[in-house]
Amino acid sequence: MRRLTPYLLALPSWMWLAIFLVVPMAAMASVSLQTGNAIDGYAMTFSFSNYTDALGRYSPQLLRSLLYGGLATAAMLVIGYPVAYWIAFKAGPRKSVYLFLLLLPFFVSFVLRTISWNFLLSDNGILFGTLKAWGLLPADFHVLATTFAVVGGLTYNFLPFMILPIYVALERVDPRVVEAAQDLYATRMGAFRRVVLPLSLPGVFAGVLMTFVPATADPINAQILGGTSNTMIGNIIQTEYLTNLNYPAASALSFTLMAVLLVGIFVYARALGTDNVLEAAAR
Amino acid sequence: MSRSRLGDRLLHGYTWLIIIWLSSPIAVMILFGFNDKQSKSNTSWQGFTLKWYAQLFEISDLTVALRNSLLIAVISTVVTVVIGTMLGLALGRHRFRGKGTTNFLVFAAISTPELVMGASLLSLFVSGNVPRATATIIISHVLFSLAFVVVTVRARIVTLDPSLEEAARDLGATAWGTFRQVTLPSIMPGVMAGAMLSFALSIDDYVVTSFVNGSTVTFPLWIVGAVKTGIPAQVNVMGTLIFGIGVVIAVVNAVAVRRRT
Repeated sequence: MRRLTPYLLALPSWMWLAIFLVVPMAAMASVSLQTGNAIDGYAMTFSFSNYTDALGRYSPQLLRSLLYGGLATAAMLVIGYPVAYWIAFKAGPRKSVYLFLLLLPFFVSFVLRTISWNFLLSDNGILFGTLKAWGLLPADFHVLATTFAVVGGLTYNFLPFMILPIYVALERVDPRVVEAAQDLYATRMGAFRRVVLPLSLPGVFAGVLMTFVPATADPINAQILGGTSNTMIGNIIQTEYLTNLNYPAASALSFTLMAVLLVGIFVYARALGTDNVLEAAAR
Repeated sequence: MSRSRLGDRLLHGYTWLIIIWLSSPIAVMILFGFNDKQSKSNTSWQGFTLKWYAQLFEISDLTVALRNSLLIAVISTVVTVVIGTMLGLALGRHRFRGKGTTNFLVFAAISTPELVMGASLLSLFVSGNVPRATATIIISHVLFSLAFVVVTVRARIVTLDPSLEEAARDLGATAWGTFRQVTLPSIMPGVMAGAMLSFALSIDDYVVTSFVNGSTVTFPLWIVGAVKTGIPAQVNVMGTLIFGIGVVIAVVNAVAVRRRT
């Protein structure tokens, strides 16, 4: 009986993950190779042309998603690193208060936060409307429906996921190591660059992983802040699935998106010298 | 003032700027729940009122959506916490075959983009002719919260001293008794953290739900649907109340944890 315990404990979750994570991926792989239409149904024809067709039609949106996701991730890293650094080394006993303040947005729905931005940035809203009334901005100035609005929205929404892992890595750095570097005549900048920064890289790695993947695949920011000219791959997949009921094309696109993200993660892990992606991400 | 002190002060101010930036949409949401607006659009300040609080449940389909969201969040949290804690215990306390594969599946469940998860679940339900409704939403919410509960519970268990459990068994406790009186109380903070996380993930979810909802509408889905016609102020009020309750629970929990340790 005791030897069976771990299997019995794991069984319900195994079943859930097998039936609702593994089998659906297989179902999606199968659907992506079928042909047919929503009325007559779909049949398996091993039609790999679904992939080439979908990519031919939607590669601009796929590339745009990778670009926006990459830009937002880079912005989060640049914006978030100093915050994580200050809280880890200088906030003293009030660390947890600052962390709590950074997490406040998570108590408001993602959708509602993004709509709040739409509202704050609207062409004649409380911000720009007032500035325009004072003559400080030209009447046709706008931010909504631009690349800047979408990348800004993504940066805003995922920033805490970048700050937290970097903070955790920096928090573990022993301040005495930094002091030792300074005793050995390293400048403040030198000590940071050669001691603190390398030690924080696992946190940077986890932060990039936790932000790039969801930012690239996010449909909400483009939908609410982006207007018609900033459509991302997430919006295409949603429309193909839910409006056009074009399941094969939508499945092929989803698979391509996942494959591209996975390849990206592995290339990135290699570049950082981390052979075991799983291990790095788990930390 | 030395250069390094100046640098620290600048970074301190910068941190506050980022906090203000992160919080500004929340402030706007709360403020415009008190806006005495006349037209459908809620974009300019027209005076203070409490009428949206009084008329909170006037829009019946919005109320239904909120109730659906709460129901789905409660049920999926209970299921997730039970089966996730079990798997967390197995991974943190036992050696067994398939542990590596299980760890990989847990990692895969966390790192799969929500969009792909929603799309693949819809592929399954379409292929199997499963009608989409509240049940399929709950199934999906358990799936994306499960790994987070497993990870938080496991993190808690590995910090515990296994000799406590051995002592309980040596003193004649049954396996169930040991679990209920020794293991469970000591992993409770991890279980609670997992429960709060999975409730928050569920009530907030738009992407996965939009694939598997059928005709059931949840709070986030209703809001996105209302963007084109204008968000009613009641949405701000509901958002404000959820925000307030969430913050209170988090603070009370943090204080309780600090007291105990």
